[in-house]
Formats: sequence, C-alpha cells, structure tokens
Amino acid sequence: MASNYYEPEDLADFSNITEYAQDQGAKFFDYYGVSTSAGRLSEREKTLIALTVAMTQNCPYCIDAYTNKCLSLGISEDEMMEAVHVGASIMAGITLVHSTQMRKIIRKKSM
Amino acid sequence: MAVSDQLAALNRCPVHFTKKLSGPVYAAGIEVLQLNVGKRCNLFCRHCHVEAGDKRKEIMSAETLDMCLEVIRANDNISVIDITGGAPEMNPGVKEFIEKATKLGTRLIVRSNLAILAEQEYSEFIDIYAQNKVEIVASLPDCDENRANRQRGKGFFAKFIQAAKILNEKGYAKEKSDLVINLVHNPLGAYLPANQKSLEQNYKLILKNKYDIDFNSLFCINNMPVGRYLDFLLTSGNYDEYMYELLQAFNPTALENVMCRTMVSVAWNGRLFDCDFNQMLNMPVSSRYSDHISSFDMEKLSGRPIVLHNHCYGCTAGAGSSCQGALE
Ligand code: SF4
Ligand code: SF4
Repeated sequence: MASNYYEPEDLADFSNITEYAQDQGAKFFDYYGVSTSAGRLSEREKTLIALTVAMTQNCPYCIDAYTNKCLSLGISEDEMMEAVHVGASIMAGITLVHSTQMRKIIRKKSM
Repeated sequence: MAVSDQLAALNRCPVHFTKKLSGPVYAAGIEVLQLNVGKRCNLFCRHCHVEAGDKRKEIMSAETLDMCLEVIRANDNISVIDITGGAPEMNPGVKEFIEKATKLGTRLIVRSNLAILAEQEYSEFIDIYAQNKVEIVASLPDCDENRANRQRGKGFFAKFIQAAKILNEKGYAKEKSDLVINLVHNPLGAYLPANQKSLEQNYKLILKNKYDIDFNSLFCINNMPVGRYLDFLLTSGNYDEYMYELLQAFNPTALENVMCRTMVSVAWNGRLFDCDFNQMLNMPVSSRYSDHISSFDMEKLSGRPIVLHNHCYGCTAGAGSSCQGALE
C-alpha cells in the first residue's frame, strides 16, 4: 500500500478507470467529455463549475486538474476564488437549510 | 543561466526525447529563414528563453544581415523571413534590412514586443512596418494588466495597448486591409496553454470590449524549458512536474510538423541552428551541412538531421507548439 491514500501520480490513472468495466467506463468518458466541453456554456464557465464542485467535494485530483485547467484558460486567481466562495456559501446554505429538519423536530418534541 | 547548467537540468528528464522517436528527425526543405537579430531588448521578461535585456551586447551586424539577404535572394524556396530577437527594433541595421527584404517580395514577419513602439526613439517603426506590409507577431500573455505585467514587467501593458491602437489606426487587423498582426499567448507559469481557439475568442472579446483593439489570430505557444523560464522552473520547484507534464502530453503527430523541419535559424553572429531554442542551448547545425550563413548550402541543409534534446518536448506536447502557435 502507498504511504498516502492520495498520490499525485494517481491522477494519471484516471483514464484507466475503464478497467474491469469497459462499457460503462467508455460511456462515462463520452458523457464526461460532452458535459465538460463548450456548449451553451463556454469552456471557461464549465471549468469554473468543475473547480467549484471539486472544492465542495474535497477531491484533490479534481482540484489539481481543474486549477491547472483554469490557469491554462487564463482564468484569473480572483475569478477562481470567487467561484470557490460560490461553492462555500452554497455548502453553508445547504448545511443551514437542513437546520429546518432539526428545528422542526425540536419544535415537535419540546414541551 | 549558463548553457552547461541548462543542459545538466535538461538531462535530468527521465526519458530522453530521442527515446520517444523511431529514428532521427530530418528537415524537409527550408521555407523559413528565421533571424535572431540580437539579444538586446527594452524588456526583461521572466520567461524569456533568450535571456534578453538592455545590457546585452550581441547584435547582428549589417554585414551578416546582408549575407542573410543574399541567401534569400539566391533561394526561391525561402518564402518567409521571420525576424526575432531581443527587440528587433534595437538592431540599427533592421530598418534597412526590412526595406531591402520587401523589395524581394518575400513574406516578412517581425516579432515585436509592441511596448517598444510606444517609445519615441522607436516609434518610426510603426510606419516602417505598415509601409512595408510587415506581418507583426506580438506577445501578450494575458489581457489583464497586472497579470501581463507580472511576466513582462511594470508598465508593459499600457505601452502595448498604446502601440496596438496606433497599429489598428494604420490598418492592422482591419477589414479589407492586408496588414496583419497576430498575438501570442504563453502561460504565466508552470502549465500548458488551453485550446488556442478558445483562448482566441476570449482575447478578442476582452481586447475589443475593453480597449477597442483588433488583431487577426492568436497563437498559443508553450513555454520552453530554456533560459529564464528554465531558471524559473528550477527555482520554483516546478521543473520535474513540468517536464513530466510535457512528457505525458507527447504527441507524435505534432512531431511531423515541428517548425525546425522547414526552417533554419540564424544567430546574431551568423551561425546556423535548427531553431531559436537550440541557439540558446548552443546546439548548432553540424558543419557537415553548413553551419554559418556565409556558407549556407540549401541542398545540404534541406535534409539535415535536426539536433534534438529534452527541450523539444515543449514543441510536441498536446496540440504541439511552434512560432505560429499550436500545430493542429
Ligand atoms: S521575451 Fe521577448 S520582449 Fe521579453 S525580454 Fe525576451 S526578447 Fe524581450
Ligand atoms: S525545440 Fe526541438 S523540436 Fe522544437 S523546433 Fe527546436 S529542434 Fe525542433
């Protein structure tokens, strides 16, 4: 076993996730390719969305890949950081909005 | 950086470039004569593979410029003259060279940083370029002032915009005009550029909306691990990762079209190289094929083997990279 669960070199192994399930893997890559390349949204917009999702899901591979892609596309540091704040605030909102469930239970159970 | 240190660093690359090939790479004729007319420059860019600056003394002499002209005159298949530097404008013989070269009718490209054209002393080049229909290639790493200046120095961006506006007024990049100005994007750090078309769209949008500037095409050029950029890679601890990225992105199709296959590059002192990068690494064409402009031998040079080293990964990564941008 490697010394870390996450090794930077493992990012290059992404293309091999088709192993043991070729059909599903190939279909995933088709889907991945279409969804992340320019459509009605530009490549820049989609890359910022991908970066934000990577941040909120704490995925070191995707953070590495999409930070580099943002840089390659000439997306500035402040644009990237603004996107991170969108992710952070939505995550905060998601957490807080779930307090509704908590508060409903509190209200129901309390005397 | 000393050439020996650069070569030592390049030798650290885990797989030598030539191991990726099935055999030697040969030139396939000579269409472009690229002239590095000197290492003097008004700027001191952080990625400069030439390590140019205003203290540099290496300048191509009028005599060597004349020899280049003779070679072009004698060889019809040279269809492009590509002048680079340093800042070509800082070579006192370049003005006359441009005028003489125009008379030959060969397509003439000058790689200018544009900022120099905003300086009184060199502003006459705007008219010289326009009158002689010189195709201009100008580097702009980013459309944001602070980011562009981070690479090319304080004050660069404002001067670039000032000069670009005047060139547009003279007809450059205007509809129905035959005056062409292409821009170059190269990354602001240790990563590869994105898709050329996508970046071009973005550049066009920003430069037009924010500064009312037009240009023809955008070329994306990979930063080559040579000169100041190599120094940056080493001192910032990015070297191994960057070389690995280039190596991973090796694209054999791009190899077919690398610029050295149809070009000869002349150094300030007349020596012949396969490209400007080989110049800076002091890897000349072998004397067997003629190694100086004074002994230029079209036949021998046209089929010469290219001198390759690990910096060549920069030309074959991803979409490939050349002085005219991506190769695909
Ligand atoms: S990159 Fe070009 S403009 Fe910048 S210092 Fe080098 S030669 Fe001069
Ligand atoms: S760096 Fe190598 S591949 Fe690129 S132009 Fe020069 S010799 Fe050719």
